[in-house]
Order: sequence, then C-alpha cells, then structure tokens
Amino acid sequence: MISQLTGNERVLAALTFLILLCVGVAMAAAGRDDLIGTHGWIIAVSAIAGAVALLRAYDAPEPSATRLSEYYDDPSKVGIILTLIWGVIGMLVGVWVAALLAWPELTIDAAWASFGRLRPVHTSGVIFGFGGNALIATSFHVLQRTTRARLPDQFSPWFVLFGYNLFCVLAASGYLMGITQSKEYAEPEWYADIWLVVVWVVYFSIYIRTLLRRKEPHIYVANWYYMAFILVVALLHIINNLAVPISFGHAKSYSLFSGVQDAMTQWWYGHNAVAFFLTAGFLGMMYYYLPKRAGRPIYSYRTSIISFWGITFMYMWAGSHHLHYTALPHWVQSLGMAFSVVLLVPSWASAGNALLTLNGAWHKVRDDAVLRFMMLAAIFYGLATFEGSFMAIRAVNSLSHYTDWTIGHVHAGALGWVAMITYGSLYALTPWLWKRPALYSAKLVEWHFWLALSGTVVYVFAMWNSGVIQGLMWRTYNDSGTLSYSFVDSLVAMHPYYIARAFGGLLFLSGAVIALYNIVMTIRSPVAVASESASDIPLGLEPAAPIAQAGE
Amino acid sequence: MTIDHEMLTGFSKSFGLFYLIAMSIGVLVYTYWPSNKKPFEHAAKAVVSDEEDRPCL
Repeated sequence: MISQLTGNERVLAALTFLILLCVGVAMAAAGRDDLIGTHGWIIAVSAIAGAVALLRAYDAPEPSATRLSEYYDDPSKVGIILTLIWGVIGMLVGVWVAALLAWPELTIDAAWASFGRLRPVHTSGVIFGFGGNALIATSFHVLQRTTRARLPDQFSPWFVLFGYNLFCVLAASGYLMGITQSKEYAEPEWYADIWLVVVWVVYFSIYIRTLLRRKEPHIYVANWYYMAFILVVALLHIINNLAVPISFGHAKSYSLFSGVQDAMTQWWYGHNAVAFFLTAGFLGMMYYYLPKRAGRPIYSYRTSIISFWGITFMYMWAGSHHLHYTALPHWVQSLGMAFSVVLLVPSWASAGNALLTLNGAWHKVRDDAVLRFMMLAAIFYGLATFEGSFMAIRAVNSLSHYTDWTIGHVHAGALGWVAMITYGSLYALTPWLWKRPALYSAKLVEWHFWLALSGTVVYVFAMWNSGVIQGLMWRTYNDSGTLSYSFVDSLVAMHPYYIARAFGGLLFLSGAVIALYNIVMTIRSPVAVASESASDIPLGLEPAAPIAQAGE
Repeated sequence: MTIDHEMLTGFSKSFGLFYLIAMSIGVLVYTYWPSNKKPFEHAAKAVVSDEEDRPCL
C-alpha cells in the first residue's frame, strides 16, 4: 500500500508516524505510574510498525497517473478483512460472557477475565470493530461508485482505516486493564476520544472532498445516510465525552456533566449511537447493495428521502425513553416516548421500501443466499424498530426496563439487522472488488445464512422469555403487599434461558467464522478473469451462475 | 428576560413544534417538486446500471 502513495503522501505519512511516536512516548513517560503508560507504548509501537512499513517501500516508484482512471478500493479491501476479524473476536467474547452468565463458576481468577471488563470488549468489538470497519469499508466503495469520482487522495483513507482500528485496540485493551469512563458504548477515556475525533474529521473530509468532485449531479441517498452517520456520530461523541482528565499523565477523567444531566447526555448519545451508527450507516449500505444485488432500482426513491429526514430529525429526541421513571423531568420522558412512537413511520417506510424492491425478484431471493441475507435484514429492521417504539412507551417500559427483554431487543437489531445487512453486503462486494467470478463457496453462504438465522431466533426468543419472566417476577406482590419473589428466585428462573442464549450466540459465531473462511478463500482462489477487465461484474454474462451477479 | 427553567422549557415546547412542522413541509416540497423527479429516477437507476466501473475523468 505504501507504493500507492505519491511522494508528498509518503512525507505526510512519515510526519504522521513521527507525531504519533512522540505522543506515544510522551504518554508512556508521563503515565509511567498509570495505565495510560501502557497505552502510550501501544501507540508508539503502532507508529514504529507503520514507519517500518513505510521505510521498506519508501524508494518504490511513484504510482502512475493511470491510477486516476480507476477507483481506489484497497482501503475497502483491507477494511473488509478487518471487519470479519473483529466480528469473530467480538462475537467470541460475546459467547464467552453469555457462558459466564449461564455458568458463573467458569471464570478464571484474573481481573481482566471478569464479566465487567469482558462485556465492553464484546459490545465495542462488535459495534465499533465489526460495524465501524464495515461502514468505513463500504462507505468508500459506495461513495466512489455513486459519485463516479475517485477518492481525493491515497493517504487519508488509510489514515482513517488504521487510525480507527488503533482507537478500537486502545478501547478493547483499556477495558481489559480496567480503564473506563463508565458511560455505556462510550467507555474509552479522554485521550482515545480525542484521537477518534481527529480520525473522524479526516473521514468526513474525505466525503466532502469526493462529493465536491462528483460527476453525478444528484447525491445518491445512500451517501446522505453515510454522511448523517459520520456527522452525527462526531457531534454525539464530542459532547458526551466532554471531560477533564486529572492530569496528562493519567487515564482517569471527570465528565463535564453530573446527575440527571449526565444521564440525559449519556442516553442522548447512547440512543443516537444506535440511530446513527447502527441504523443510518447501515441503511446507507442497504440502499446501495440491496438494489445492486437484486438488479432492481429502489422501489420508491422519494420514500427513501422522506424517511431519511424523518429518521435524522426524530431520532435526536428519542433518547430520554431510556430514563423512564427516573429523576428526569416527566415531560422530557414523554417527549422521548412520543418521538420513539412516531419514529415507527420512517423506519417502516425504509423496511417496506427494501422489501418492495425485492417484490418481483423473489426467485432471486430464493436462489441467492446473499440477497436473502439482505432481505432478512430488512425484515428484522422492521421487527426491531416496531419493538423499540413499543418498548419506549412508558407503561411497557415499566415491565421491560432492566430486564433481558432489552438485551433481546438489542440483539434482534444487532444480529438480525446490522450483522445480516453487513454480511450480505460483504458477500456481494468481495467478488466485485477482487474481480472474482463468484464467492469461493455458495454452499458455505447457505450454511452461514441458516446458522445466523437460527442463532438470532434462539437468542431473541430466549431473551424475550427471560425478560418477561424477570419483569413479571419483579412486580408480583403477595397478599401482605410485599414482593412474592426474591431476586435470586428470578435468577434461577432465568438460568435455562441463559443457556439457550449462549447456544444461540454460538450458532451465530460459527456463521461468522464460516464467513471469514469463505471470504479469505475467495480472495486466495486463483483469478479466472483476465486482469484487464476493470468491470465490477467480470462474469455478468453468465446468468446461470449459482451466485447471481448484480445487474443481470 | 431571564433565562430560567420556565423560559427554556416554554421555548423548547413551542419552537420545537414549529420548526419540525416547517422542516417536514420543506422535505415534502423538495421530494415532490416536479423538476426533481428526473434526477431522482436517474440516481435510482444509475446504481443498478451496467456502466463500466471507472470514475469519470
């Protein structure tokens, strides 16, 4: 990848590594008595590894001008691999913590292996490691195809991709060491947060600079969703992480907010992380890869625009439904509840739009597991958004809150929607990017599909049952007006469901391992197509291929 | 005018209503504006077109 950088970009890369090395060494020195010192070393070692890679290829000839007549897809390719690896890591830790809940004695006597430290490794691993890399990889691909313009330069996409993964490594390693600012999904401490802001600004600038050079006058709706994801995540991340570190040599910081303001800021962040990270970004993915794979334009382009603005402006106000029956003013709770219910309209408009796009192409859905992944994602998106609106109603929330129903809801969205649309899109994208006629094995995609579907169903049903039982047990009173069940009674009732949940997660994880294997084998399989073919669809002339190519 | 809790909640309860209605109208007007129909259709079709996979120079 170094040989693809121009001379100036190589200098820029060298400067970046130098600055990173200085910052890392400074952190390691100032924080030698603190956990931040370890992170300083991780940053310094990453900078050295980058600099070594740069120096080894520094004398390579500069890329020729012909590169400008091709899209720049190498960052997307590396991003796909990183997505699949993070997926396996994140889901593996997920199965681990699920097993810990079912069999608590299965732990080892080490602080890093405790549930409290492993659980954020799972959540950040799948949301940021798996989901974030998938969004970065696909957004670069979609942006270039829909604007018909190449990325603005060769350095910034790599900076975003590797910088983002450095953030993910700092986050996960920090949790294991015990670094956390105790804000759910925003656990990394101040220095990692600042680094993510730098990466994110560059990410957004790539989008703007490419759009400025676009050859298509209208900006395709997928890009709006991706841009909303980048812009709003920046806003949420900066505001929720406003904090003062106790010194530059310490990882610990104190939030700007306290009390109910802190709770409101955190759940404004938390819910919009779901809205803009796990929904808007992946809707962008869906609005490109689903029509492309089905070979049919989106059913209603106008609906996609209306639901875009509906989603972006209404989600912003829904976060307070996480704080029903708390010290938060009643009218703020009602506001969040009302917006959550209204949100069903744009959410179902998107899900319906996706399914209506497939209407008339059901034979493709039947034959092509890749398209079936995307269809299933749209169905789960519809289910999860309905459930979310329902659970945001205060009376329903009084039963569901603090129970496993919430966990079930999150996983209906995360496994059923986010992971399914991601795997569908990556399966479609891999042969296009690597110029392969088809995936290594269509049969393995089928296996993955059914493992993923059964894993999700087992998981979600287990948590629904467990959650409703918990909720009911916690609110059942006896004749004398005291609680009928102790907390331990409810724990015993949950045990079988926890075993089922761990099993469902294991099924889903096996699918993720199969996906990694299948895509790696696709990349490693010898090229059957003449290399001068620059088309995305090298063998599109073969309509009978088992894995149908887009655009047939 | 003092900036207190009453004033802020009053503002957010009234202004929020009007700007969201105005924005909804704006979005609907943009979406259904007759001359926008063609670029929208072009954009939707361009995604699935078989055009050569290269940037325009």
